[in-house]
Parts: sequence; structure tokens; C-alpha cells
Amino acid sequence: MTLRHMNRREVIAAGVLLVASADAVRAHNGTIHVKIKDLAFSPQEIEARPGEIIEWSNEDRMAHTATVRGGWEVMIPVGAKATHVVQAGDNVDYYCRLHPNMTGRIKVIG
Amino acid sequence: MKMLFAALGAACLSLSAGLALADDRPTDPQIAHIAYTAGVIDIAAAELALSKTADDDVRAFAQSMLDDHKAVNDQALELVGKLGVTPEDNPTSQALVAAADAKRAELAALDGTAFDAAYINNEVDYHAQVLAALDGLLIPSAQNAELKSLLETGYKLFQGHQQHAEHVVEALK
Repeated sequence: MTLRHMNRREVIAAGVLLVASADAVRAHNGTIHVKIKDLAFSPQEIEARPGEIIEWSNEDRMAHTATVRGGWEVMIPVGAKATHVVQAGDNVDYYCRLHPNMTGRIKVIG
Repeated sequence: MKMLFAALGAACLSLSAGLALADDRPTDPQIAHIAYTAGVIDIAAAELALSKTADDDVRAFAQSMLDDHKAVNDQALELVGKLGVTPEDNPTSQALVAAADAKRAELAALDGTAFDAAYINNEVDYHAQVLAALDGLLIPSAQNAELKSLLETGYKLFQGHQQHAEHVVEALK
């Protein structure tokens, strides 16, 4: 569907969707999905409540990690998924230890 | 180290000279060959490191280089197969191989912590040189969009490896 063919209501709905997706991503059914592709975490920043689960899904052909300096580390093998249960103190920046230019952020809410 | 810089410097100079003549910019088959060769060189260095090092961090780093560059080179082969492009050997690839052969002979003569330090420091420098070539010449010269995109992923990979190598350098101190 091109913009030209959208009616006014659809344009507004699309606009709302854009605004929503610009916010940090929230959990769906208690799990927050983070995709890894082409050496990037997507979304880069997430919001989570303690007890919710972050699930990284590695679509790259190389292994990655989600590592908090001086804290926890999750290994995410090629083509695999890995999880971390959010703790109250998880207001953190994390990175891939094998490719430190890959960075992400967790913001604990609630 | 100085030898590698000199050889790569010469390669870069010839690349810059080539840039002055638009017709001498590398073609996609040449770019594919250079990028693939850059990966093969790092795989060979990693295999040497795995055969020599006793350090856990250096071993893990080398294994990561081996796995990652094999994966990306496989991806590159699939892409050139799909595009019907035959990678073409060229003076830049040859200069890279000559410099790497000399460096590997130098590293092979070292042992223990002297080897570890020389290997990791060379990894930092080598990745920096490849990043400069990707950024300054290979990515801007690539014509095919999929090849350009793979080179851009390669850039992020080499950048990640360079930073990983820098962390290992710090850990060895």
C-alpha cells in the first residue's frame, strides 16, 4: 500500500504505530524479544520489569554474547536463542564481548 | 610490525594512486577477492595462534577469529556464486598476502608471552588497516548493492574484532 492510496484514518493509524515503535520496546506476555542481525541488537534499548524475560535471538552466522561489565553474561550461539530474567538492579548497558561495538541498554521500570 | 606497516602502506599508496585514475578503482570481482583474502589471512594467523598459545584469552580470541571469518567468507562465496561473479586476483590482494606471509613467519619464530603479545598487537593493527581499506576504497567502489551490504557487515565485524583485540591487549598487561 502506498501513501497515496491510504485514507486519512490509515495515515493516522500508521502515525500512531510509528510513535509507538519509537519508544523503547515493552514486554509482550512477559518476554521481551531482541533480535541480533548484522552485528546489531534490535531494539537497541528495551524497558523491562523485574521478573520479565529478555530473549535474544541470534540470526547472525557468528556467536555473540550479552555481557554486562563486571556483571552477568549470556552466551548466544549461532542461530540460537538465549534468555535472562530481569533483576531489579538491571538498569544496565550491555555489549557483545566478542564484538564490543555491539551495544544495548536495559531500563528497569515499575 | 614495521614490516607489515611498510607493506600495507605500500599497498595503500598504490590504492590511493589508483584512485586518481577512476578506471583503476577496483572492480567488484577484485573487491570480492580482496575482502575474501583479508579473511583468509586472519584465519591463518588464528590457526598459528591456536597452535602456539597457552593463554586462555588469546586462545578464545583466536578461535573467535577463526569461526567468524570462516562464516563471513562462506557467506561471501555464496553471494559471488549467486551473483555469478568470479573473484579476481589483483595487486592489492597479492600485497596483502605477501605482508601477511612475512608477518606470520616473524610470529612463528616467537614463543610464550612474546608470541601472545606480538600476535594480539598485530591483530589490532591488521584489523585497523583492513577497516581503512574497507572504508576508504572497497565499500565506496563496490557497484553491486548486495556486495556493498556484505562489505558493510564486514566492516562492523572487523571493527568488533579490533575492539576485542584491544581488550585482550589490556588483559595481557
